[in-house]
Amino acid sequence: MSLTPLPLLQQLVLVLAAIVLLTSFVLLAQARLVSAIHVFAWQGALVAAVTTLVAAAGASPHLYFSALLTLVLKALLIPWMLHRLARRLELDRHVETLRWPTLVIMAAVALVIFSYWLVLPMVQERLAFTRNIVAVSLAVVLIGLLMMVFRQQAVAQVLGFMSMENGLFLAAVSATAGMPLVVELGVAFDVLVAMVLFGVFFFQIRESIESLDVDRLNRLKETAEEGE
Amino acid sequence: MTALLLTLLAPVAGAIVLALLRSLALAGWVNLAVSATSLAGAAWLAWSVALTGKVAGLGFRVDAFNVYLVVLTAFVGLTTAIFSRPYMRHVCAQGLTTEAGMRVYHAMYQAFMFTMLLALTTDNLGVLWVAVEGATLATVLLVSLYRTPEAVEAAWKYFILCGVGIALALFGTVLTYFAAQHVVADPAAGLTWSALYRQAGGLEPVVMSLAFVFLLVGYGTKVGLVPMHQWLPDAHSEGPTPMSAVLSGLLLNVALYAVVRLKMLVDGSLAGTPNPHLAGYLLMGFGLISFLVAGLFLHRQRDIKRMFSYSSIEHMGLMTFAFGLGGPLATFGALLHMLVHSLTKSAIFITAGHAAHIAGTQSIDRIRGLIRTQPAVGWSLLLGVAAIAGFPPFGVFTSEFLLLTATMKTQPWLTPVLLSGLAVAFAGLFRHLHPMVYGSAPEGQAPVQANMVPIAVHLGLVLWLGLAIPGYLAHWLDRATELITGSHLL
Repeated sequence: MSLTPLPLLQQLVLVLAAIVLLTSFVLLAQARLVSAIHVFAWQGALVAAVTTLVAAAGASPHLYFSALLTLVLKALLIPWMLHRLARRLELDRHVETLRWPTLVIMAAVALVIFSYWLVLPMVQERLAFTRNIVAVSLAVVLIGLLMMVFRQQAVAQVLGFMSMENGLFLAAVSATAGMPLVVELGVAFDVLVAMVLFGVFFFQIRESIESLDVDRLNRLKETAEEGE
Repeated sequence: MTALLLTLLAPVAGAIVLALLRSLALAGWVNLAVSATSLAGAAWLAWSVALTGKVAGLGFRVDAFNVYLVVLTAFVGLTTAIFSRPYMRHVCAQGLTTEAGMRVYHAMYQAFMFTMLLALTTDNLGVLWVAVEGATLATVLLVSLYRTPEAVEAAWKYFILCGVGIALALFGTVLTYFAAQHVVADPAAGLTWSALYRQAGGLEPVVMSLAFVFLLVGYGTKVGLVPMHQWLPDAHSEGPTPMSAVLSGLLLNVALYAVVRLKMLVDGSLAGTPNPHLAGYLLMGFGLISFLVAGLFLHRQRDIKRMFSYSSIEHMGLMTFAFGLGGPLATFGALLHMLVHSLTKSAIFITAGHAAHIAGTQSIDRIRGLIRTQPAVGWSLLLGVAAIAGFPPFGVFTSEFLLLTATMKTQPWLTPVLLSGLAVAFAGLFRHLHPMVYGSAPEGQAPVQANMVPIAVHLGLVLWLGLAIPGYLAHWLDRATELITGSHLL
């Protein structure tokens, strides 16, 4: 599977997608919350750049709008909201160490390999570009999932959730030249509402367990005695 | 078309009005009126679908399959609104939630109804996704309405698990869209279900099977399929009771509806390949596991609403299994089961809400002697559980009987598994039910003001469906069966 015969523009998209995947790894291992938010903003900006490139390739002009939407939402608005929440919750200096950093990174590597294995059946040569991009975006989605499993801090989990969305958007833009506009707007609306609700929940969680360490949310068990 | 817009836009208008309305007494009535308007629209819509076969346009598509779910959704929405008006005022008077909380509750109730109806009627797979995700967003604040640590935990779990699940479904949707690029001429129509269905044979089978796995795991999280069911018992037991009724009676159905629609596409795409029933086998596997595991978990429950949410998982598993089995008989049975399960389960949750108010707790160990304290509630619980456990003459018996017959015809070796699953679930429900209804009532336990109308209507309908399915309804379900499987049953 050689990538050099591909058009230059597609090669550039692949390079950018690879950097998005790299930011996923950084996000996964970044212990300082504020830095993680910055990394997430960069990831959003990169996805917006990919979208602009695909739009410039002439596939569909409505992608310029999507690129702008992504830039505003994922690289500016959501990171800004998270930043503000982190400050209001006094988490600016919060450092959370992963429990098994090596293991988690190895798991992430395994997920990348798994994603490539999953798209292996799409063997036709003309799909070389699509196959790579689908594999990379799937890896970004799965690493986001991994982050939600291994991080105990609620804000970090939200970062994982949002980076999953980035991966999905990357797949939609580069494999299919973007979803129809009404769907894209709907998804963006849902993501924004979700972010606002996450903000509400940070305060509700802190009120109820005096921390944002979601591992301590463990009152609901199968056979637990019900407290009144 | 007007009927469709009336059905859909009434809840939107209602949500906005209710968000702004300050008077609590009025809000309950407005909520009721909006639900009634929506039901009227749905009935009108059903009428026009019955006359013309289908209503399509503006990106919507309503046919025999989804219109019966639209009517069911609007109907349960209305009866739950009738129940919720006095119930939530009682909750508010107890100080469990504030007046602002009540406004959120009423506005989100209608927003939730809107997302359900939108998911059912849209023809666009992307909009379907947006609507199902919107349903999570609308209900997540309601689960944490009481602000107890348990409620916040349940809501967070619900939010995160369903968010992750539904994100995977979006990946599946993207893959479907990708497969459509080579088939559907107009790329903007690549997510339109009817366009995809017409040309399902041309969809790349490899991509579609990969897409279906993601879609099944994604929407399956919402259906409550094991092992993605973890959010369901928590959200049902910690949220306000009207919410449990609509979540169990409606949301799960809508998610299953999405799975079935997508299965139709995948079946069309895989028709010529060596493994044409892949989607069906996946559904059968997930469904059977959910059915069996949930039946066993019923025995361990100590919270009344938690127990009935496991019963919901069990029944959703059974329906998923039946849709996977395919064939007209199984599909007809599954459609009927969706109907009777929704009606019965929402009636049961409403009764459980009253029972919890009588006892002052949701703990099964401390709910005792309902039939002595308040015979109406005791009898409703008894009859409701008898209905859901599949006793004749209730409708659940009819649909389960059809499902068993279909299983015997196509996969006879699974019959004993299904039968023992039903027996285990039956035992699980009744061992808890008996002391709750007949046990000796604690000192000082007093009846509460209960609204029995919704329960009576629901159980009456289920009884009617068990004794004699009206001809037009059977014909209606048969047309839906024909849409899904391509052949008639009747």
